[in-house]
Amino acid sequence: MSALHTVDSGAAGISGMRVAGAGVDTTHGPILYLDGITVSFDGFKALNDLSLTIEDGELRCIIGPNGAGKTTMMDVITGKTRPDAGTAFFGQTIDLTLLTEPQIAHAGIGRKFQKPTVFEQHTVFENLELAMKADKRVRGTYRARLSSVDLDRIADTLGQIQLADNAGRLAGALSHGQKQWLEIGMLLMQEPRLLLLDEPVAGMTDDETMRTAELCQSLAGRHSVVVVEHDMDFIAKIARKVTVLHEGSVLAEGPMDVVQADPRVIEVYLGR
Amino acid sequence: MNAPLPLPLRVSMKAPAHPVLTRPGWVAYVITAYVVLVLIPSAYLLLPAGHPLHLSDYFVTLTGKIMCYAMVALAMDLIWGYAGILSLGHGLFFALGGYAMGMYLMRSIGHDGVYHSDLPDFMVFLDWKTYPWYWSLTDHFWFAALLVVLAPGVLAFVFGYFAFRSRIKGVYFSIITQALTYAFMLLFFRNDTGFGGNNGFTDFKRILGFPIAAPSTRAALFIATGIALLGALLLCRYIVTSKLGRVLTAIRDAESRAMFIGYNPLWYKLFVWTLSAVLCGIAGALYVPQVGIINPGEMSPANSIEIAIWTAVGGRGTLVGPIAGAFLVNGAKSWFTQAFPEFWLFFLGLLFVLVTLFLPSGVIGLVHRRPWRKAS
Repeated sequence: MSALHTVDSGAAGISGMRVAGAGVDTTHGPILYLDGITVSFDGFKALNDLSLTIEDGELRCIIGPNGAGKTTMMDVITGKTRPDAGTAFFGQTIDLTLLTEPQIAHAGIGRKFQKPTVFEQHTVFENLELAMKADKRVRGTYRARLSSVDLDRIADTLGQIQLADNAGRLAGALSHGQKQWLEIGMLLMQEPRLLLLDEPVAGMTDDETMRTAELCQSLAGRHSVVVVEHDMDFIAKIARKVTVLHEGSVLAEGPMDVVQADPRVIEVYLGR
Repeated sequence: MNAPLPLPLRVSMKAPAHPVLTRPGWVAYVITAYVVLVLIPSAYLLLPAGHPLHLSDYFVTLTGKIMCYAMVALAMDLIWGYAGILSLGHGLFFALGGYAMGMYLMRSIGHDGVYHSDLPDFMVFLDWKTYPWYWSLTDHFWFAALLVVLAPGVLAFVFGYFAFRSRIKGVYFSIITQALTYAFMLLFFRNDTGFGGNNGFTDFKRILGFPIAAPSTRAALFIATGIALLGALLLCRYIVTSKLGRVLTAIRDAESRAMFIGYNPLWYKLFVWTLSAVLCGIAGALYVPQVGIINPGEMSPANSIEIAIWTAVGGRGTLVGPIAGAFLVNGAKSWFTQAFPEFWLFFLGLLFVLVTLFLPSGVIGLVHRRPWRKAS
């Protein structure tokens, strides 16, 4: 537990977003429990009785063919989609199915979208400033001033995502790979306990992919990280435990080499 | 704590400056305030009618009226330019502020109406014996002033709450606001609604005891409008240069990203939307005593669309631009409707098309494009 930065009570109660308790209770180990999640769109079951547990501090990779339900699973965890059945808990106490997107963000879950989504009309610096953990209600935001601690945090994150030289540039002017990093940097500014990364290396050069792999590995331990990716080389480089989704439920789970050898996995995904 | 990550380097960071106004901006602001609050009223009141620098009743009333429009354009820019919400019903909030002030002005007529009754002429005409309940207290100026803020503010808050909570956006939101102002126009056209039907309120005699058409009263109203406009501009600048302003534009550009980093767009939109409506209400309240009439025509959909045109012509997302746009379009309108009355609407349409095609950042974009200005 010492590896994890503690969520102080002031921060957890942030902004009175009505998040229960003083932070995420991970005393029993897992930080995320999904149990029996089912989501249907017009009869099509995007998720079918999906059960998944992520341990605190874990780096988990999730793979699966298109339509396996990876993004829908992210939507359920972040409150964008409500499940028709099943439970989703963040730690022991926080029921994700009852919270809105901003409340879930305040509780400590950060999400990177499949398509890099940054504020293109704002500078890189301002993107990080906006994402920074703070009182995010209207009045608190109006009064907000950057302290030297805040500036240091932004500077550290800029270094971590290798955008220090671009701090004053408009985010819209960044390359595709840089936008992906900026988005990860925005997540880090929120100080999340759990990071969800949807295809973090899509559209990146090999060099950028390597550097992103290093970044992901350095994040695990301090945060719990869930990576959804198609790029098998990337997965092979970072994966410790892999979950394979197929038709809305878990097909296989385990270390990369075991999963790769699983005949069912080869049939639906890797073999193609 | 684990050992911190090896960091490439920590650059010493300085927070980017977001001044409310730049130094030249403050100079221009003070000069404008001096012209509006001192020079124009002096040239109007103190110089004799024959003096070459004397300003006429017509000039002062017209400029005062356009300053009210400019305040509406400013309010429009706050939500359209910065929050990306296009309202096509802002004329409604303007008219509600105007009607609230109009009720007070009607009651100030006293017995000097055509029928010398306690009631306004239109109520006598309808054979009403007493004021309806919702006219109570409107003989007090303080209550009318409160109503100027509350009527548009509460309506905008309630309407906005449901619209934004349901995540109604873009053109759907615009259409609903258009329908809203149209519905209110039909309501106010009815005589039974108790606001003078299609004639509205007119023939005002005095405000706060002063004769309403006297030059000193006109000058006072002009100065009040100037203070309101300059104050509103500063307020809006404070908002858009704060972190709150950056959150607004962030919600405008990538709403879901803003939500997933913890901002609830509902309250942000509702805040600027309601503030914008209140600014319109105040503008309407200053407009009515200067122009001397308020009727449901102010709620017509075309009026609200015109507000959007002033804002687009001036330059969205600049605050100063829409003020310039309101002056430009309405200045052209008052000249055109005298010189070529039948061509005004064609000209307005042409202006809108040309600005959209060639000046996407509005007239104010021309200023920023000057070569001697550094790219921002």
